[in-house]
Parts: sequence; C-alpha cells; structure tokens
Amino acid sequence: MSGTQGGGSSEKKSFDERLSAARRRQGLEAPPPPPGGGPQGNALGVGLRVGVEMVSALVVAVAIGWWLDRWLHTKPFLLALFVLLGGAAGVANVWRLIAPARPPEKERGGRD
Amino acid sequence: MAAEAHTIDALGQFKLETALGPLGASVNFTQANLWMVIGGLLVLTMLYLGARPRAVVPGRLQALAEMSYDFVHSMCVDQIGEEGKRFFPFIFTLFFFVLMGNLLGLLPLNFFYTDHFGVGLAFTYTSHIAVTFSLAALVIVLVTIVALRIHGLHFFTYFFPAGAPKLLAPLIIPVEIISYLSRPVSLSIRLFANMVAGHVMFEVFASFIVMMAAAGTIGTVAAVGPLAVNVALMGFELLVAFLQAYVFAILTCIYLHDAVHLH
Repeated sequence: MSGTQGGGSSEKKSFDERLSAARRRQGLEAPPPPPGGGPQGNALGVGLRVGVEMVSALVVAVAIGWWLDRWLHTKPFLLALFVLLGGAAGVANVWRLIAPARPPEKERGGRD
Repeated sequence: MAAEAHTIDALGQFKLETALGPLGASVNFTQANLWMVIGGLLVLTMLYLGARPRAVVPGRLQALAEMSYDFVHSMCVDQIGEEGKRFFPFIFTLFFFVLMGNLLGLLPLNFFYTDHFGVGLAFTYTSHIAVTFSLAALVIVLVTIVALRIHGLHFFTYFFPAGAPKLLAPLIIPVEIISYLSRPVSLSIRLFANMVAGHVMFEVFASFIVMMAAAGTIGTVAAVGPLAVNVALMGFELLVAFLQAYVFAILTCIYLHDAVHLH
C-alpha cells in the first residue's frame, strides 16, 4: 500500500491532466486561445485566395463609386476615387490574409 | 450532355430547367431546387438514422453522425471561442448545405430529372452565384447583427483601428468599409468559381472523348487519355468539394469571431 503512494501522486497528476484535457474537449473549460489565421492551403490555394480577395474589394469599390456618382451627379470623379480606394482595400485584405502567419498570437489583438 | 457535332458546350450544364414535369414547370421548380431538397433530406435522414441507435459503440451511420457533429462543433469552439456554441446550428446547416451542393453535383444522375436521356453529372446548385451570394449575404448580415447586438455603437470603432493617426482617418475608414463589404463578395466568388471551373473541365475533357471516338479506331484508343484525366479530375473535385465547404464554414466562423471579440 505505502509503496504505491509515491506512484499514486504522479498518477493523480496525470489523471488531472487527462481530466482537464477531456473537459476542454467537451467545452466545459475555456480552451487555450484559438490558433491564429485561417486555413493555410497549398501555394495554388493561397494564390487563388489572394486573387479573389483583390478582385472582390475592387468590385465592391467600383459598385459604391458608380452608385454614388449616379446619386450625386459627379459622373467620373467618385468612381475614379473609389477604384483607388478599392485597390488599397484589396491590398489590405491580402495583408490580413498573409500577415497572421508571421507575428505571434499576442500581436493579433492589435489588428494591423 | 455530350458535345453536339464538334463543338464544346461547356456552360450548357449550368442552365436551369424545371424539374418534376408539368407540376414543377407551373411553379418554376428547377433542378437546383430539387437538389437542394434532396441534399437537405439526405442530411436529415443521416442525422435521424444515425442518432436513433444510441449505441455506446457506434455503428457506421452513428459514427458518421457523431463525427459530423463533433467536426463542426470543434470548428465553432476553436475558431469563435466559448460563445461559438451558440452559432453551432447555423454553421452546421451552412456547412452541410454547401457540402451537399458540392458533392451531389458529382453524381452521374442527370437523367433523373431531364427529358433528354443523356447520362451526365447531376446539377451543382453551388455553381450559381445567386445561390452562393445569397448564403454569403446571409452570413454577413448575421455577423453585423451579432456585432451590433453585442457591442452596440462601439462596433463602428472596428472601421478605425485604435492607435492609427487621426490624420489618416479619411483614408482608413473608407478602405476598412470597402474591405468589410468585400467579404461576402469574396466568399461567394470563391465557392462559385471553384465549382464552375471543375465542372467546365469535366465537360471539356468529356467532349474530347466523344470527338476523338468519332475520328476512327486510332482516335478511340487515344480517347483513353482524356478519360484518364476525367477519372483523376473526379478525385480532385471530391477534395475541392469538401475543402470549399470547409473554407466557407471556417471563414464564417472567423467573421463571427471578429464580431464577437471585435479585436
């Protein structure tokens, strides 16, 4: 009995670890912070995502610019302005897509 | 779906037609709607039959139901955090709706609803931007409502990161707003473009088979080439079908994380 006492405490420790791991799995305890960033695919997947992000930002910006121009009767100017802003937003999207892979978890709170 | 006389009709497969005969035609019930219903019923049946045995050691169907539940549940909790459990039903529905659209479109079942009796791939409802954009718009409206409910007007600080120089505000705020609004567009374009590209490639290589077979014995033998390409493509498309559903669901989770925690 007394011989197993020392082994018992280390067994208890591993039991606690396993218990907390099981509780985490079941969502009964707050899990460690989630891993940053989205799913990282292969090079082709990343390339496609970058392209889609840039194009979609531009599409939204052109739509806003065209609609504002029609509304405010400032025909070409706002469209031209929003094309530039859309390009910037596209680059910002791509930056956000690529950036979280590099800085450690804490800096993600700064969001830029 | 075969090519008619040396032309490749790669986009004809995406045309909407009414299904279920004259009854469907009278209410414009298309094959896309039919496959949505079939996909929904399949998932419900899988969950109902899988949840019924309640065995300690699950059978195949129960294991499938439990794994799909667990998969989406851990995706929600890992990406959104503890609050993610509240969004589990939404993410589960979204993931399986997209997954069924992607996967059912790979079944060789188009004779099932069309009059002309050609065997081809079934209809992929996620290959229509109307469908994917509706889903993405639903996601972005939900995300915005969640953010507004949790953070109130504080939500609008999202468009101007703390610590940025005030002078840059007129530049940063429009860029951030455009970036935010571009989310549903990129979400829908990604899914739609992947599905269309895969099915166009199927159609093109299948047309090659028919064209080469028409060119005599040598052509028939050489037609094994495009056939092999299509077989390999089918494996690849199964991967893409799952991956795109996963990407759609996980990006929704990431947007919900932003809405709940508001960096």
